[in-house]
Amino acid sequence: MSDAGPTTLCGIELQHPIINASGTFDAIAARLAFGDAVIDRFPFSAYVSKTITPAPRVGNPPPRLWEEPAAMVNSIGLPNKGLDGFLGSDLPVLAELPVPLIVSVMATSVEQFAPLVEAVAARDEVAGLELNVSCPNVHSGLIVGEEPGETSALIERLRPLTAKPLIVKLTPNVADPAAIAIAAEQAGADAVSLINTIKAAPLLADGRPWLGAGSGGLSGPAVRTIALKQVADVAAAVEIPVVGMGGIERGSDAAALLGAGATVVAVGTASFRDPLAAERIRGELEALRREVAVPAGRP
Amino acid sequence: MIAPFGRRRASVVENATSGGYRIITALDAEGPVPAAGQFYMLATEHGWSGDGERPFLPRAFSVAEATSGSGGVRLSFLLEDVGPGTHRLADLVEGEGLVLTGPLGRPFSMPRELNPDAAGAILVGGGIGLAPLAIWRRTLAEQGIAERSLLGFRDREHSGGLELFRCSEVRLASEDGHAGHRGYVTDLLELMLTGDSAATAAVYACGPPAMLEAVRALCEAREVAAELAMESPMACGFGACFGCAMPLRSGGYLRLCVDGPVVRAADVETALVEGAGHR
Repeated sequence: MSDAGPTTLCGIELQHPIINASGTFDAIAARLAFGDAVIDRFPFSAYVSKTITPAPRVGNPPPRLWEEPAAMVNSIGLPNKGLDGFLGSDLPVLAELPVPLIVSVMATSVEQFAPLVEAVAARDEVAGLELNVSCPNVHSGLIVGEEPGETSALIERLRPLTAKPLIVKLTPNVADPAAIAIAAEQAGADAVSLINTIKAAPLLADGRPWLGAGSGGLSGPAVRTIALKQVADVAAAVEIPVVGMGGIERGSDAAALLGAGATVVAVGTASFRDPLAAERIRGELEALRREVAVPAGRP
Repeated sequence: MIAPFGRRRASVVENATSGGYRIITALDAEGPVPAAGQFYMLATEHGWSGDGERPFLPRAFSVAEATSGSGGVRLSFLLEDVGPGTHRLADLVEGEGLVLTGPLGRPFSMPRELNPDAAGAILVGGGIGLAPLAIWRRTLAEQGIAERSLLGFRDREHSGGLELFRCSEVRLASEDGHAGHRGYVTDLLELMLTGDSAATAAVYACGPPAMLEAVRALCEAREVAAELAMESPMACGFGACFGCAMPLRSGGYLRLCVDGPVVRAADVETALVEGAGHR
C-alpha cells in the first residue's frame, strides 16, 4: 500500500503524493487572490503548469463552462502566453513556489514540439515536463495521443533532447489507453499521467451546442471510476510510474487511485470548488493510512 | 482586499424576503471586510452536490452589504431563485453554514480615478444587479462623495432589494410601470447625461447583459467614463479555470474573476456575451 508521506516521481523528490492536474490551479493568479498564504500553505507536492504552446493562444470563445451532476464540461482552449511569454514572465514567479515545477507543453508537430521541449528543459527552474499529446499532428491529421505509432514517434524524437523526466499525459478517449502507455514507455517516456478529460458536448434542446467551441472535456467526481479503471489497466501494463487523476474529492479517492497502481495522484476539478481541497484530501489520506489495521473500504 | 486561502464556513444569521428576491446575511468570523464590487464564491454547507446532483460548482455573488462588528463581518448577498444553485441558497435558514471563498476580484474605482473631473457618481442597476451598487453607494456616501442611483426592474415579481438603498437618492424605472418611470433604466441615464455635463460624470453599472450593453454604448457615444460590474459562470473564482472569458476590445479575453468583475467599459468589446448573466 502506498504511503501518504514523501515519495519520488522519476527522480523528483516529493513531500507527499498529491500534485495538481495541469490547468486546474493557476499559482500566479492564486497569489493575487490569496496572497503569500499560497506559498506558505502550498497544497501540492509539485506544481504542474498550464499547458504552454510555442505561440500565444487566446483560448476559445465563451461560453467555456457547463455544469453537470457531479461534473463539469470545459472548453478553455489552452490560453497561454506562448513559450517566450512563459519563460520571460511566468517562470520566474513559478520558481518561487516551494515545490518542484513540472511544465506542461503542447505543439502540433514534431518540428514545433522539439524546440519547445528543449527551451523549457534547459531552464534550471524546471524539474520535469509533461507532454500534452491531445493535439493533432498537422501532417497526419491524427491526434498524437490516440495513436501508439504517433505517440512513440513523438517521444523518440523528444527523448534525446533532455535528461529531465518526460511525463506523457494520456487521453481517456481511446479504446485501450494501455497500448498508448506501452508505446510511450518503449519510446523512452519516464512516466505517464491519466486521465485527461473525457470528450463531451452539452447540447441544448434545439440541438445547438452550448459551448463556444462546440464541445469540451468532462471532469469531476462523475469520471472517477473511469479513471480508476484506466489507471489500473495502465499501471498493470507498464513499469514506469503512473500519475493518477480523475474525480478525486476525498482521501479515500486518492487512496483508491494509489491502490490501483498510481505512484502519485493529481487533484484537479476539486480545486475549483475549494482552492485548498488538496490539503484536505492529503489530511484524509494520511488519516486513512494511520488506520491500516482497518480493512480499506469506501465510506 | 486579499482573501483567506481556502473555503470557510460563515453562519447564516438572516434570510429575508425582499420583493421577488432574497437577502441572505451571514456572519464571517474570519474574513476581511470586502471592497465594493468584490464577490464571493458561495455554496451551502449541506445539500450541495452531496447527493451527486446539481449544484456542483459554487456560485459567484457580489457582496451587497458588509458591516464589521463583534463576531466578524456581516455579509449580505442579494439573490433570485432561478436555478439549482440559487434555489438551494434561497432555502438557507438561520444557523446553517454558508461555505464561501473570498472576497475576490477587482473592486470599483473611485470616480476621480475614472474621470479626473468627476463631480460625483451615477449608479445604474438592473434587477438583481443592484447588489454591488448598494455597497458601493454606502462606501461613496461614507467618503462624502455625491452619488445618485438609477434602478430598473422588469416587473413587480422581478424586483426587490430597495431597502439596501435607504437614505439614498434613487430614481426607479420598471418595464411594467409598477414603479417609477415606465421603461428602461437606461432611459433615466440618458436623461441624466443630457441634463448634466457628461464631462463630469462617472457611471457605475451592474445588471443583465442587455442593460449593461445599453449603458456601455450610451457611455461610449457620450464619452462618459464608466465601469461595469459583469457576471459570468465561474468554476473557481480565483483565476484557475479560465472559464469566465470576456472579449477584450484589444483582442483576446480577460478573466472576469481576476481582471474583473468590475471592468472599465472602454476595455470590453461588448457586454452581450453568450452565457453571461445570472441563471
